[in-house]
Amino acid sequence: MNSRDIILQRLSERSGGKLHQPECDFSVLERPSSSVTERVEQFQKIIESVHGEVHRCTPESWIPQLSGILSSRGARNLLIPAAHQIGRALRDSGRDDLPELLIYDEPVTSWQAHLFNEVDASITSTRGGIAETGSLILWPTPDEPRLMSLVPPIHIAVLEASGLYTTFHEAMRVQNWKSGMPTNALLISGPSKTADIEQTLAYGVHGPKELIVLVIE
Amino acid sequence: MTQTPHHTDVREFHPRARAAIADPKIRKNFRKAMDGLITKRKDAFEGWDLEALRDLGANIRLRALANLPDLLEQLEKKLSENGVKVHWAIDGDEACRIIRDICVARNAKTVIKGKSMVTEEMELNHYLDDHDIEALESDLGEYIVQLAGETPSHIIMPAIHKNTGEISELMHEKTGTDLSSDVEYLTASARHQLREKFMNADVGVSGVNFAVAETGTLCLVENEGNGRMTTTVPQCHIAVTGIEKVVGKLEDVAPLLALLTRSATGQHITTYFNMISGPRKPEELDGPEEVHLVLVDNGRSSIYQDDELLDTLRCIRCGACMNHCPVYTRVGGHTYGTTYPGPIGKILMPHLIGLDEGRHLPTASSLCGACGEVCPVKIPIPDLLVRLRQESVDGDKLNPAKVRGHGAKRGTLEAMVWKGWSWMHARPGVYRLGTKVASRLRRLQPGNLGGWTRYRTAPKLAARTLHERMKERSQ
Amino acid sequence: MADPIKVYPPKPSHVYFYATCLVDMFYPDAGMAGIQLLEREGIRVIFPEDQTCCGQPAYTSGYHDEARAVARAQLDLFPEDWPIVVPSGSCGGMMRKHYPGLFRNTDQETKAAGIATRTWELTDFLLNVCHIKLEDLGEPTNVAMHTSCSARREMGIAEVGPRLIGQLNNVNLIEQVRAEECCGFGGTFAVRHPEISGAMVSEKVDTLTDTGAGTFVTTDCGCLMNIAGFAGKNQKPLSGQHILSFLWERTNPGKEDNS
Repeated sequence: MNSRDIILQRLSERSGGKLHQPECDFSVLERPSSSVTERVEQFQKIIESVHGEVHRCTPESWIPQLSGILSSRGARNLLIPAAHQIGRALRDSGRDDLPELLIYDEPVTSWQAHLFNEVDASITSTRGGIAETGSLILWPTPDEPRLMSLVPPIHIAVLEASGLYTTFHEAMRVQNWKSGMPTNALLISGPSKTADIEQTLAYGVHGPKELIVLVIE
Repeated sequence: MTQTPHHTDVREFHPRARAAIADPKIRKNFRKAMDGLITKRKDAFEGWDLEALRDLGANIRLRALANLPDLLEQLEKKLSENGVKVHWAIDGDEACRIIRDICVARNAKTVIKGKSMVTEEMELNHYLDDHDIEALESDLGEYIVQLAGETPSHIIMPAIHKNTGEISELMHEKTGTDLSSDVEYLTASARHQLREKFMNADVGVSGVNFAVAETGTLCLVENEGNGRMTTTVPQCHIAVTGIEKVVGKLEDVAPLLALLTRSATGQHITTYFNMISGPRKPEELDGPEEVHLVLVDNGRSSIYQDDELLDTLRCIRCGACMNHCPVYTRVGGHTYGTTYPGPIGKILMPHLIGLDEGRHLPTASSLCGACGEVCPVKIPIPDLLVRLRQESVDGDKLNPAKVRGHGAKRGTLEAMVWKGWSWMHARPGVYRLGTKVASRLRRLQPGNLGGWTRYRTAPKLAARTLHERMKERSQ
Repeated sequence: MADPIKVYPPKPSHVYFYATCLVDMFYPDAGMAGIQLLEREGIRVIFPEDQTCCGQPAYTSGYHDEARAVARAQLDLFPEDWPIVVPSGSCGGMMRKHYPGLFRNTDQETKAAGIATRTWELTDFLLNVCHIKLEDLGEPTNVAMHTSCSARREMGIAEVGPRLIGQLNNVNLIEQVRAEECCGFGGTFAVRHPEISGAMVSEKVDTLTDTGAGTFVTTDCGCLMNIAGFAGKNQKPLSGQHILSFLWERTNPGKEDNS
C-alpha cells in the first residue's frame, strides 16, 4: 500500500469508532443591516487603524485625486490594468499631471527585474470590500495579475462604496464564491507589515509600504 | 547560510528552564511581548459573543475531524481538478523526500520559504541543505532565527526572544547592515536582501492555514507579503500541511479566520489572506506554473484514534495558549526544545516524539487553565495534560495508556509514595490518626522541604486538625 | 463540551461540609470560619467524620488508580441529597468537574456524577445560594485578593470573592495587576518545577505587594501557602488569609470564637 492508502485506512478504520458531527451555528457572524455610508465609515476607521489610507471620491473626482496622491509621493510611473475601465479612463483622461502609465501585458518572467526595481506604484480594481475588517477583495486576472498588488511600493485600489459588505462571510455568500474559486483570491487589509523585531511595527517589509484606497461614492 | 541546529534533547528541560529563568533579558523580552499580546487579544474580541464564536470554531473543527478521511479525499479530488498535484507523506522524512524529488525534477537549487511550522517539525531546511539545496526563510522573524542558527521560540513570532539590539548585531554580523536601533532601517535592509532571493528562487515552499475540501483551496494568513511572494514568484509552489488542517466548506473559513488572527496577535485580520486554488492558467501572466500540496501525517493519524486525544488535532496554530501561559512567559520557547513550545507543544509533541523523550512536557504546567480558557477552538488543554501525565506513568488500569513511550516516567519510588498516600487516605481511621500524630509532632516538622522551601517557608501544621475540633464540638 | 449552566439550588436546611486535607491539617481556622458562616445563615452543617482527601494530588500527577481509591472512599459520605460545600475552588473543582470522568465505566459512575452536581465552592454557596448579607464590624482597611485558578476557571467564580468583600463597608478591595495570572502553586508542580514555580510566585507576591494593601485573601489554601510562604521567606510586607477567615472576623463581634 502507498502512503495515501495507509493514511486513509488508518483514519477510516478509527479504533474509537465513528465520530459525532456537531451542528454549526453561524448566527454569531450575522450583523444588523447597515447603510452604505455606515459601512464606508467602518471600513475607513478599521483600515486607517492599520496604516491604510482612504480617499473618498466620486466618479468624476478620482482621477484628479489620484494625480495629487501620486505627485505628492513623487511617483515616476503607475502600473495600470490594460483592459479594465480604470486603466482606460486613465489613458483617456488626457491629463499631463499623471506619471508614466505602464501596462502589465506580458508574462512576469520577461520583465521581472523591471517590475521589482523600477515600478513605483500600481492601481487595481477590487471585487468589493469588507467593512468589519477593513479589507479589500481582489481576484487577480490576466488584466490585473497577482504581483500588481504586491510588488510596487505603493498600491492604490479602487473600491466602489456599493461593493462594501459587512463581513467576509456575507461577501463570500452573496458573491457565491463556492461555485468557483479563481486560481488566487485575496483579502488585503492594509500595507505589508511586520512586528517581528521586538513587536515594533514596520511597514513595507515585502509588499507595498503604502496601501491607498479610493472609495468611489 | 546557517542552518537550523540539530535536534535538541527535549529531556534537558530543567536545565534550560533554570537558565532561562536566571536570564533577565529573556524574562523581560517574553513578559513584555506576552503582556502586549494578551491586551491586544482582549481588545480584538470587544463586541463579539466570544463564547458563541469559540463554540462555532470548535464545532467546525470537530465536524471536519469527524469527516477527516472523506474530506481529505475530496480535497485531493478538487485540487487535482484544479491542476494541483497532491502528495501524501506518512512522516516527516517522507515529506522531505517528496519535496526534494520535486526540486530535483525541476533542477531546482534554491528554495524560498514562507512560514510553515510543519516544515520545522520535519526539519526540512536541514534535509534540503544535506542534499545541496539552499532553503532560505523569508518571514522576517524566521529569517532572523535562521541567521542566528536557532529555531523559532514562538509559532507566530519566531524571533520574539530577541530584542532590537540583538537583531541589529546579528544582521550586522551576518549580512553587513549597519548597526542600528531603527526597526524601519533593519526591516528595509531585510526587504532588500530578500527581494533578490525571491526573484532567483526556483521553488517556493509554504505552509497552509486551512485547506478547503469543497473548492480545493489553500488558505494562507500573513502580514508581510513574503507568503504571497513565496507562492507567486517562483515557478513552482509546494504547500505543506498536516492532514488535520482540512475543513469541509468554504464558509467554515470565515469564523476560523476571525478566531485565528484575533487570538494570535489581536488583529481583526492579517494584512493578507491568500487563497490559492490552482497554478496559473495559460492566459495568466504570473503565478507558479506548478503547484503541489504535501499532506503530512507524522503521528496525526495515531492521535486520531483516541476520542480524547483527538481534540489535540483541532488546533489552528494561533499561539494564544503560549501567549497566556505563565510557564511559557517565564521560560520562553527554546526551553521546551520542541518544534511547538508552550501548552500546545506539551500536548502535541509527546505524540510526535514519544512520551519517553517528552516525559517532562506534560508536567511543566500548574494546570492553571489559562490556555484552555483562551483556545479559540476550545481544546481542553489542561485535561489533555492530565491525560498525558497519566500516560507517562501508566497510572490508570481502567484506561490503559496508548501514547508511544507511555510509562516512561513511572519511577519505583514515586509510585510507592503514591501507593502509600492512597492507602492512608482511603482509610479514614488511619488518616485521622496520622494527621493527629503529625500535628502533635509539628515542632519536629522538617524545615527543609527541597524545592518548596528554597523559595518559601515550610507550611505549618495546625495544633489540632479540623477533624479533632469538630469531634470536640459535637461532644 | 461547553460547561452546563450552573443552576443554584434553593437554600437547604442541611449541607455536608467537605473540609479538604489542607484545611484539615494546616488551616482549620478557615474551616471553622466557613462552618460558622453557614450556621449563621441558619444551615445545619454536617461534617462527615470519615472524609480525608478528594484525591486531586494523585489525579493531577497521573496516578489515577490511586486517586480513584481515595476518591472512592469519599463517595459514601454524603448519603442525603444535600449540597456538599467545599472551602476550596481546587478541591471543589476536582469533585465537580473530574469525579464523573474518574469513575466513568465503574460501578460508582452514577454516584460520582450525583456528587459532582451537588458540590459547591463555599463562597459561591454563601453568595448565590444563601444570599448572605454581610455586616462589617471592623475598622477601615485595605485588602488585595487572589482568586485561585481553579476557582476562576473550573468553578467560574472569579466575581464571587470581590462581591462578598464589596458587601463589607469598611473594606477597600484593591485589584492587583495581572489578577488572573496563576501564583505558581499547581500542587506537585511547585515541587517538580521549583524554579518556574518560584519565578511565578515571586512575581505574584510583587503584584500583591504593589497594591499597598499589606494583606491579601484567597479562596484556596494552596495559593495561600505558596504566596504567604514566599512573602514570609523573603520578608515581603505581605500577609495572607483565607477569605473565609477574613469574612468571619469582619462580621463576627466575638472574633476568636472557635468553639
